[in-house]
Amino acid sequence: MNFPWLLIILLIPLIAAVLLFIPKKYVIFKDQQIALYSSLITLLFVIVVALQFDTSSNATTQFDISFDWIPVFGISFHLGLTGISLVLIALTAVLTPIVILATKHEVQKKNKEFLMWILLTEASALAVFLARDLFLFYVVFEAMLIPIFFLVGRFGGPRKNAAALKFILFGLAGGLVMLAALIWLYFAAATQLGRGTFSISALSNELNLDVWTERWLFLGFFFAFALKAPMVPGHTWLPDTAEQATPGTSTMLIGILDKVGTYGMLAILLPIFPNASKEFAPVIIGFAVFGVIYGALIAIAQKDMKRTFAYISISHFGFIVMGIFSFTSIGMIGSTIYMVAHGLSTAGLFLTAGYLISQKDNSLISSFGGLTKAAPVMTGLFLISGLASIALPGMAGFVAEFMVLTGTFQVYKIPAIIATLAIILAAVYMLWLYQRVFTGIESKDSKNIIDLSKKQILVLSPIVVLTVLFGFYPAPIVKIAEATIASTMSSIGATDPQPIIKTEVNK
Amino acid sequence: MIQTVLNTIPTPSFEYALLSPILIMFLAACLGVLVEAFFSIEKRRFAHLIIVFTSLLFAFSAVALQSGPKGRALAASGTVALDGPGWILQGTILLVATLSALLFAESKVDPLGDAFASRASTLPGGEEEKTVTKLGWTQTEIWPLFTFSISGMLLFVTANDLLVLFVALEVMSLPLYLLAGLARRRRLLSQEAALKYFILGALASGILLFGSALTYAYTGSLEFGQISNGISSANNSPGLLTAAIALVAVGMLFKVGAVPFHQWVPDVYMGSPTPVTSFMAGAVKVAAFGGLLRVFYVAFGALVWDWRPLIWVVAGLTMVVGSVIALAQSDFKRMLAYSSISNGGFILVGFSATNRPAIAAVLIYLIAYAFATVGAFALLTLIREQAGESSTLIRWKGLGKKSPLVASLMSLFMLSFAGIPLTSGFTAKFGVFTAAISGGATALVLVGVLASVIAAVFYVRVIILMFFSEPIPDGPFVVVPSVFTTIAITASALVTIILGLFPQVIIDLISSASVFLR
Repeated sequence: MNFPWLLIILLIPLIAAVLLFIPKKYVIFKDQQIALYSSLITLLFVIVVALQFDTSSNATTQFDISFDWIPVFGISFHLGLTGISLVLIALTAVLTPIVILATKHEVQKKNKEFLMWILLTEASALAVFLARDLFLFYVVFEAMLIPIFFLVGRFGGPRKNAAALKFILFGLAGGLVMLAALIWLYFAAATQLGRGTFSISALSNELNLDVWTERWLFLGFFFAFALKAPMVPGHTWLPDTAEQATPGTSTMLIGILDKVGTYGMLAILLPIFPNASKEFAPVIIGFAVFGVIYGALIAIAQKDMKRTFAYISISHFGFIVMGIFSFTSIGMIGSTIYMVAHGLSTAGLFLTAGYLISQKDNSLISSFGGLTKAAPVMTGLFLISGLASIALPGMAGFVAEFMVLTGTFQVYKIPAIIATLAIILAAVYMLWLYQRVFTGIESKDSKNIIDLSKKQILVLSPIVVLTVLFGFYPAPIVKIAEATIASTMSSIGATDPQPIIKTEVNK
Repeated sequence: MIQTVLNTIPTPSFEYALLSPILIMFLAACLGVLVEAFFSIEKRRFAHLIIVFTSLLFAFSAVALQSGPKGRALAASGTVALDGPGWILQGTILLVATLSALLFAESKVDPLGDAFASRASTLPGGEEEKTVTKLGWTQTEIWPLFTFSISGMLLFVTANDLLVLFVALEVMSLPLYLLAGLARRRRLLSQEAALKYFILGALASGILLFGSALTYAYTGSLEFGQISNGISSANNSPGLLTAAIALVAVGMLFKVGAVPFHQWVPDVYMGSPTPVTSFMAGAVKVAAFGGLLRVFYVAFGALVWDWRPLIWVVAGLTMVVGSVIALAQSDFKRMLAYSSISNGGFILVGFSATNRPAIAAVLIYLIAYAFATVGAFALLTLIREQAGESSTLIRWKGLGKKSPLVASLMSLFMLSFAGIPLTSGFTAKFGVFTAAISGGATALVLVGVLASVIAAVFYVRVIILMFFSEPIPDGPFVVVPSVFTTIAITASALVTIILGLFPQVIIDLISSASVFLR
């Protein structure tokens, strides 16, 4: 067996979560340090793995590691790395240490517990992106509700209890429908292949479901994924949760975990249910475009900063879904970059605003104003994150949005054109928000707002650096994801539309 | 003349080894009665503890040693079937009953003594009650009652004959009616529960007996294998048979607490002393479903197409009604009672599939549920106020702050009930859904999914109360139990986690043993 890189990556945060509870007599590190160092070691391992990742390989997955788990049902503990999962575990590994550092101020009491749940969130995110067994994927998909449930309920705002309940119920509703579909899929596969299996590769390569089974199963899985990366109309839990959760929690939830929904569509729905995916694509594109516009419009109308960010994310998830279901390479790669860009900009927005919100203990837009003078650095960082979020050229978001729209336009012209309107709406919600919070007349106690310290700037700087880096040079992501996207495209039997104007190639 | 009659009656065979678990528990119960008669009051408790735990150990060893493929046979002239499911059910009942026995034995959590009335004969709230409580008397008759009930259960799940089934049912239930009325605190509620349980239970037993008689009338036999043969070969008077099956079904469904025969469950669970409630929700539930499985799979297996739609409807109703009514409960014990009803619905979903995976799924669900529910009730005994256990949910606010350990363990059991992966509850739910889909009941699984989401609300709400809310000023306190309750809680928590993480262990054991003998 190969060196178990992926297993180690998964185990580090889990072990660290346990280490937190060793009595302090025996450990020289503080809780904060244990969490931070472990997440940095995870990041280091992810970088090592990324450097060894073979982008030219034809294999679907690399670094595979597999143990039998429940052999009766053909269930194995199978981890493997595809291009897309590498991109997403890298995002996870980058954001976690930032969140740990940036949320130091959020939770004074119960710090140990907070860090434990953050580390468990990281571990579950890594596990879900690495799972190559559909049962394992499902188990983690459900289990990862628990850390966020506790993060919201233990550390959130005044109406945290209701928010936590709503969050976990939406999660369970999606998950249980998926469970029913999962079991059905298992039997469909067992009858056809002669053996029960949950292996994602086997299910996507060997299975030919009959039309109606495939349609129903597709809907079952899609329901779960669409609730997770919330698509309108299944989105209402997200603003409520984000409003009550601490900014660190929201970063982990919206920045990383919600990507499981879009990741699931890309890595599970399309390869396993190619025909149904194609059938339902126009409808889904319709919902996605509606979500793009709806999210943007509602974001404009919000009074609370965190709710605004949540609706912005809903709008952006619409873009990601649109790219995926355009069935063009450029659209899908665009969606992959979008997931990264969205993760980074969400982290930037929530964490910068987090410093602000924690000083006033509320996140109402109306309670701020004219902060430029008191907190110029914060203003600048917020503006950059905001602009990154609304896809200003030169930022990662622009590349992503451009690719998604191009890809969609090749196939669905009208939806793409409608979605383009969201760019204008984006300028409205973001700049108006910026204007109300940071410019204008200084509100009464704005003078008391303390600007970011050097340390805090340093913590947030990787987000800005990466956003700009991928804005100008998205090639690493493209390169890593390319092969996987290509194989997804071929497994659904989609081909990129040919350009209408053909240039003669000199022979 | 007499000689010829005697010659026609075969000498009954009696396999002592195979029947030893039942016999051991029965003997222990008889010894318990003798202890009551001959021991002085101070020595009784100790003697009972020795007898009960030794007999449980011996009975379980007898099950463990004989349950291999070689030990599967019919015994007592074919009236008792010690087959794979029979052994598994007996083993489970003995283990779960041991945990309940530990709770019965606990006398440290309540300053007044154990969970049972000092003298059941005293007037609730009267002078005499105060005197005997002050004297520190305990009602040690609970122990023989408890062991009689276990021996009844062991027989009930292996009974291969409607008459034996009925006798076993009565041996199992009569002690329970008494035990339900023996609570130390809130005695009137407890006595009311006992009376209600007795009247409704007796009615259900009567219906079951009537159904058995009609079955005999139709098939000419009481033995399951011959009933099955009789049903397959005869072709007259299906109305009689339908009535027979319907009556037997009603009797059995009453015992498992399925909707619409569930009304006794909440009152009885709430009024009984908590150790007894844990016994009912754990061991009795296992026994009742075990009996149900055997009667319908073996005796009425040939008519599966006739009774299955009925079970589908009952299963769907039980899941949904149980979950929805549980939403409105403010008392923890009552909530767990409705949760027990709703879990019964999920078991019926697996049951309705009527294939081999279904037997395994039902058995796994029973094991997972029984351990988790005993664990939850055991934790409840630790959460107390001056007047006894604190079972009003709203008062549990902020319990996580007072005792993180108790609250965390309670959360573990709640998550398991809600079927969150990596707990035994998920393994169980996966099993029954898998069985049901393989049996073609996909629509029922969707109802189950819906019910699971509804059920999650009230389980999760307990966690929210304990961890996310601020404590109330004069809220309950958590007491440190003696080694008895500690063992019970630890064991249930371990089973809940291990079955969640490594379900293969139990699946292997049970899949190889999920064939009924007839």
